[in-house]
Amino acid sequence: MHSIPGRRIIMTVFLVFLLLPIYWLVNMSFKTNTEIVSTMTLWPHQPTAANYMRIFTDESWYSGYINSLKYVIINTVISIAVALPAAYAFARYRFLGDKHLFFWLLSNRMAPAAVYALPFFNLYSAIGLFDTPWAVALAHCIFNVPLAVWILEGFVSSVPREIDETAFLDGYSFPRFFIKILVPLIASGIGVAAFFCFMFSWVELLLARTLTATEAKPISAIMTRTVSAAGMDWGLLAAAGVLTIIPGALVIWFVRNYIARGFALGRV
Amino acid sequence: MEKTINNKAWFLVLPVFLLVAFSAIIPLMTVVNYSLQDTFGNNQFFWNGVGWFKELLDPSTDLGGRFLASLWRNLIFSAVILAIEVPLGIVVALSMPRSGWTVALCLVVLALPLLIPWNVVGTIWQIFGRPDIGLLGYVLNRIGIDYNYVSNEFDAWMTVIVMDVWHWTSLVALLCYAGLKSIPDAYYQAAQIDGASRWAVFTAIQLPKMHRVLLIAVLLRFMDSFMIYTEPFVVTGGGPGNSTTFISIELVKIALGQFDLGKAAALSLVYNLIILIVCWVFYTIMTNAGAERRPAKK
Repeated sequence: MHSIPGRRIIMTVFLVFLLLPIYWLVNMSFKTNTEIVSTMTLWPHQPTAANYMRIFTDESWYSGYINSLKYVIINTVISIAVALPAAYAFARYRFLGDKHLFFWLLSNRMAPAAVYALPFFNLYSAIGLFDTPWAVALAHCIFNVPLAVWILEGFVSSVPREIDETAFLDGYSFPRFFIKILVPLIASGIGVAAFFCFMFSWVELLLARTLTATEAKPISAIMTRTVSAAGMDWGLLAAAGVLTIIPGALVIWFVRNYIARGFALGRV
Repeated sequence: MEKTINNKAWFLVLPVFLLVAFSAIIPLMTVVNYSLQDTFGNNQFFWNGVGWFKELLDPSTDLGGRFLASLWRNLIFSAVILAIEVPLGIVVALSMPRSGWTVALCLVVLALPLLIPWNVVGTIWQIFGRPDIGLLGYVLNRIGIDYNYVSNEFDAWMTVIVMDVWHWTSLVALLCYAGLKSIPDAYYQAAQIDGASRWAVFTAIQLPKMHRVLLIAVLLRFMDSFMIYTEPFVVTGGGPGNSTTFISIELVKIALGQFDLGKAAALSLVYNLIILIVCWVFYTIMTNAGAERRPAKK
């Protein structure tokens, strides 16, 4: 009953619309540059893996993926670790300035990265973190921590308060209750929050590019630079692009059953 | 459910507060500092008072003109993509299969564009739209439409908008789908007994139930489109001319391109203020909506 007439057609058309540009990228990544430039082919007629081989064998390319993954993982761990207790506090207690604090956090999620690019550059240069994964990881906290708090608060609220009370009556200390009881109860929520932190840290480029120079350069920055320097190597560009899609696709596959709930930020 | 008042909860919030304050307040102070000064390089700064702000808000100066033009462009862009993505997202959510393995498949494909790094999104559409090597550009030109996003303003706009629809409609759709899933079957059965039409079911049951998630969707989409940078930058570089130069692109041009720190800082503050106001309006509407619903629930 909750669907509309012609839904199969609409859905199919929309999915094709989503997949077509991605297909084109995959298609190009398996072609040689001569084939890309000289002919218009719907699939590679002389398929080649040379573009991928170059990325996997050239350290300046594959180190970019490692750098990106480093700061994404550091950021996700930090965000979840600090957001969990805060989410519990917001869900369970009223305290001085709680609403204002929540709004202030939320407003940071909305702050444009372009505003912070230059001050972050100064700040992290001053404390000697410039060009390390930590700089990017900490910088990304500005939008991921508020988001994680927002999502987790919804999940904690859905845990009945009686569980807390029973645990405390049973003599659980607060840290023990937190780790032994609460965390397992909202495990799916933590998964969803981690997914979102991963996602937003992985897709961000402006801050990641501004805060790194050579050592910790993320893959997205390497893509923009190397390609323009070497003339337009379309096949290589496409292959690098395809490889950036894969980690995201893997993560989606693991959380697919929670996606819908997570997108409503645990509040449905 | 009533919450207990306990100021000790601040200890639980403290790590978040310190972390975000470190990343937000210190840089913001730097920005305020810059916005009131002028520099001629060599780290020499001169007090400039509110000079930059006056210039920024006066359309007859170069800075003011550029700011207002990019603000205006950005507002049009946000309005257009909201007008397309919200209805389309609702339609897609309503078209989701009811059960079976196709649900997982649709969810995964829908979420896919959201997980692609933004510059790669730009790259995908840059390639896809090129008349010589891209499928879209090639086909359009073949059927007789003169399409070239590099030189034609209208085509550049169309590309950026279609790209954003491609990139973000899924977010709206997934949010709406989550809202739809929370409607108990009993509602639909009741509607069936009453002989309600398809349209009545939509307006009387589904839309009110999606009210909350739609608000989140509009908020997120407005904010993210208002600070869009990477995707149009990769595809059009803000051009042709200045036609797709949105506020963030203008800001980065001034700050990192020309190194005009004072102007950039003043622009940042005004930009942040606009976002803060919009955010506050949405937040108030959202909390009010939540407060209205609570007594009805229990």
